[in-house]
Amino acid sequence: MGDVKEKQVTTLSDVTVRFAGDSGDGMQLTGTQFSDTTAWVGNDLSTLPDYPAEIRAPAGTLYGVSGFQLHFSSNDVNTPGDVPDVLVAMNPAALKKNLSELKPNGTIIVNTDSFDPKNLKLARYTANPLDDDTLNGYHVYQVPITSLTKNALEKSPLSPKEVSRCKNFFALGLMYWLYNRPLDKTEEWVQDKFKKKSDLVDANLKALKAGYNFGEITEVFTTRYKVEPAKLPKGIYRNISGNEALSLGFLTASVKSGIPLFLGSYPITPASEILQYISSYKDFGVKTVQAEDEIAGISSAIGAAFAGNLAITTTSGPGMALKTEAIGLAVMTELPLVIVDVQRGGPSTGLPTKTEQADLLQAVYGRNGEAPAAVIAARTPRDCFYMAIEASKLALKYMTPVILLTDGYIANGSEPWRIPAVDDIEDFPVTFQTEKEGFQPYSRDENYVRPWAIPGTIGLEHRIGGLEKANITGNVSYDPENHDEMVRIRTDKIKKIVNDIPNLKVEGDQEGELLVLGWGGTFGTLRDAVARARKNGIKVSQAHLQYINPLPKNTGDVLKRFKTILIPEINLGQLSKLIRNEFLIEVEQFNLVRGLPFKTKDILAKITEVSGGSNGK
Amino acid sequence: MANNTESNAKNYTAKDFTSDQDVRWCPGCGDYSILAQVQRTLPELIEKEKEKVVWVSGIGCSSRFPYYMDTYGFHGIHGRATAIATGVKVANPDLDVWVATGDGDLLSIGGNHFIHTCRRNVDIKILLFNNRIYGLTKGQYSPTSEKGKVTKTTPFGSVDWPFNPISLAIGSEATFIARTIDRTPKHLQQMIKRLGGHKGVAFLEIYQNCNIFNDGAFFSLTEKETKDDTVLILEHDKPMVFGKDGNMGIKLDGPKPMIVDLSSGAYSKDDLLVHDEFSEEPVLAMILAHITDDPKFPTPIGVFRQVKRESYDNGVEEQIKTVIEKRGEGDLEKTLFGANTWEVN
Repeated sequence: MGDVKEKQVTTLSDVTVRFAGDSGDGMQLTGTQFSDTTAWVGNDLSTLPDYPAEIRAPAGTLYGVSGFQLHFSSNDVNTPGDVPDVLVAMNPAALKKNLSELKPNGTIIVNTDSFDPKNLKLARYTANPLDDDTLNGYHVYQVPITSLTKNALEKSPLSPKEVSRCKNFFALGLMYWLYNRPLDKTEEWVQDKFKKKSDLVDANLKALKAGYNFGEITEVFTTRYKVEPAKLPKGIYRNISGNEALSLGFLTASVKSGIPLFLGSYPITPASEILQYISSYKDFGVKTVQAEDEIAGISSAIGAAFAGNLAITTTSGPGMALKTEAIGLAVMTELPLVIVDVQRGGPSTGLPTKTEQADLLQAVYGRNGEAPAAVIAARTPRDCFYMAIEASKLALKYMTPVILLTDGYIANGSEPWRIPAVDDIEDFPVTFQTEKEGFQPYSRDENYVRPWAIPGTIGLEHRIGGLEKANITGNVSYDPENHDEMVRIRTDKIKKIVNDIPNLKVEGDQEGELLVLGWGGTFGTLRDAVARARKNGIKVSQAHLQYINPLPKNTGDVLKRFKTILIPEINLGQLSKLIRNEFLIEVEQFNLVRGLPFKTKDILAKITEVSGGSNGK
Repeated sequence: MANNTESNAKNYTAKDFTSDQDVRWCPGCGDYSILAQVQRTLPELIEKEKEKVVWVSGIGCSSRFPYYMDTYGFHGIHGRATAIATGVKVANPDLDVWVATGDGDLLSIGGNHFIHTCRRNVDIKILLFNNRIYGLTKGQYSPTSEKGKVTKTTPFGSVDWPFNPISLAIGSEATFIARTIDRTPKHLQQMIKRLGGHKGVAFLEIYQNCNIFNDGAFFSLTEKETKDDTVLILEHDKPMVFGKDGNMGIKLDGPKPMIVDLSSGAYSKDDLLVHDEFSEEPVLAMILAHITDDPKFPTPIGVFRQVKRESYDNGVEEQIKTVIEKRGEGDLEKTLFGANTWEVN
């Protein structure tokens, strides 16, 4: 390798990469590092981590494959991409599992060292796909990643097993070279992460550079690629996942409301990270109780709400089911409480690490009795920040439980976020009842909201609980008229929230043939699909619900303005049911419940089908 | 702002803790005595700032208790009282948090929350009204009902082995564990005082007679003719003597407790077990808990065990202080903009 030939540089506007390997290969880490660097150099991006529920599934197996997909561009990015342009496959199983998803003519980088008889057999290959015609039509780069990593770390004092673990940094370095990314961010990260283990710092940095140099020096790669920075609005940015954005949102809500944050929670995939993030904000006086179970999580939060904190509980579907009775208690006691449900595939344990939107009806209706609660939903990772604040605001203002729905896809996925100035977020100070004169625990303001009188306040001693309360006095009451009145008051109180939420916005024509109506984490995909359909000449508009109970005031008007309403959901039609029920209109459904986010092409096909293929042409 | 600036009322009486709600337990229920003793005792424990007292309960007859107390109160859902109380206490450690609960509420549906509240040592006081029956649902056996008990759901006798609440509390590392009886008002008052004085989780089992569905469950412990022979009153540093004439005693034979007759001349008080409430080892408390289930032995009442350990709520506060000392008060601007940012111009 005497002379280094000048490599060709091709500029691309849009790339989707998928890293795939064993669940112990560090693919999530590799993907996250690549994302952070890519965000840092100014591309817009969206990510899709996809991993098995098993922490270390047996090595080499198909079900043990862990993947991380990343879509980055010099343009606006709304989705992690339908089909990868590039697949990095660390073993045969990763190749087998992901090959069918790869773009025709796509690029494959394989770790040839792992294509041994044992791994081929585990991946159910009868012949080595590197030797037969399996990969015809693809650009295949065969790189002995494991042995090159070993060579680079020849002098490392690490054990052979530890050395082998560094191979993901080699792959990362190679990808950095291929896409012209600097190593700085990852180098900083490695130095910080392993600061007490200098051998690991050395080894990982060496592997990273070896990968980079391999691209630079060898003749295997003749072209490298460049993706120019995206034209994003001015500001300071960070790359953020939904779970982290949500955690920061609650922290901000606590600062802006002026009351301490209390989180009672029990670890559950994919919501555990929220408890992890929030428990690190102790310098803000935040209190976190990792409870003995889901029920204790929400019950402790209800106790904290009674005592005057901004109380929240976080979970996923199975935990939501367990919290049901306690949500009813919060409805009855009319205490502010935010319940976050990071939806995953169900029912029961279902698909813990996969995404779904099938808890909507559970959130809206899933309680005994007439038990209305506000339900709102975040639509992108960064939107989780704003919706956490919104949920807190509504809970505090209306003295009610608010259910905030996110999902595994936006919780784990990340995108660049223009960080708002702290002063641009408005304060919403809380006023506790302190006036003794005329105090009644269940008196009402114009929004039917009762006063919040917290223990420790002189002269306001009172009792609340799950038994029906007499309106105004709050005493236990079995009176039939009172019960009927209270059932209606609790319902009307939630309806009043409509005055506090923004109208439903329509993107595109404000009236016409077809409206794609979505909610929650499908936003980016629907947006892309609608944009592409419009490019194809189809007349289609988009509206996306962030508020589901109550629905925005103008929802009915918006729906009336379109001939056809198409509602795509990752469930069997739960929003469709709500919309039909509320507005007595027919809607078109699109439902795919695969534990994965929608693909733009599937939505585009449905839009095309619904519009008869000739809409607007 | 009427009243808010007034200095706190002091020298409370039982009346200050009595709400305006009619008490709705069955006439003759043991709960009346417990309510009366609590209302009588609190003025001695709570010298000021009554507004800091919070009563939390779950579901069952006993759980109506908060409605009858003129303090802050929260009537929760079945089994969750200690979890709700944990939230109240952690959110505001300044509050004085009490739980009223029953054997079904605390030990059946709420068993998990109970053991975890004990191990965490949350600074709350738990009054277990143990009547060994489900009263509010009208007479099904409970997790403390004796094996063989005939109830509506066990017409042929219960085949369940019951919980021993004291040994459960010891096993869960509760830091204060005591027992008393509804019909021994003076002892009940003493125990409430001790409970209130403890910093950490304090558990008091109160044998409470349900005169409708399990009448007489504890009669042998409360009737004049029998109680001296059936009750062992635990007193710190005192030998364990019982019996009408104080002529019976408990002695250890190896690890096994045995009853000795002091009038036989073979044993003197010096041979007897001496109670040590503050023993770090749970062995003595466990032996005493277990003789409850043995019909040959008297039933101990009093403080089984009291040890010092940092309370959970205090730990939470201290940790926050430590982190703030180390990092300084949280700065939202810094936290939002802190990590891996870049600027787009």
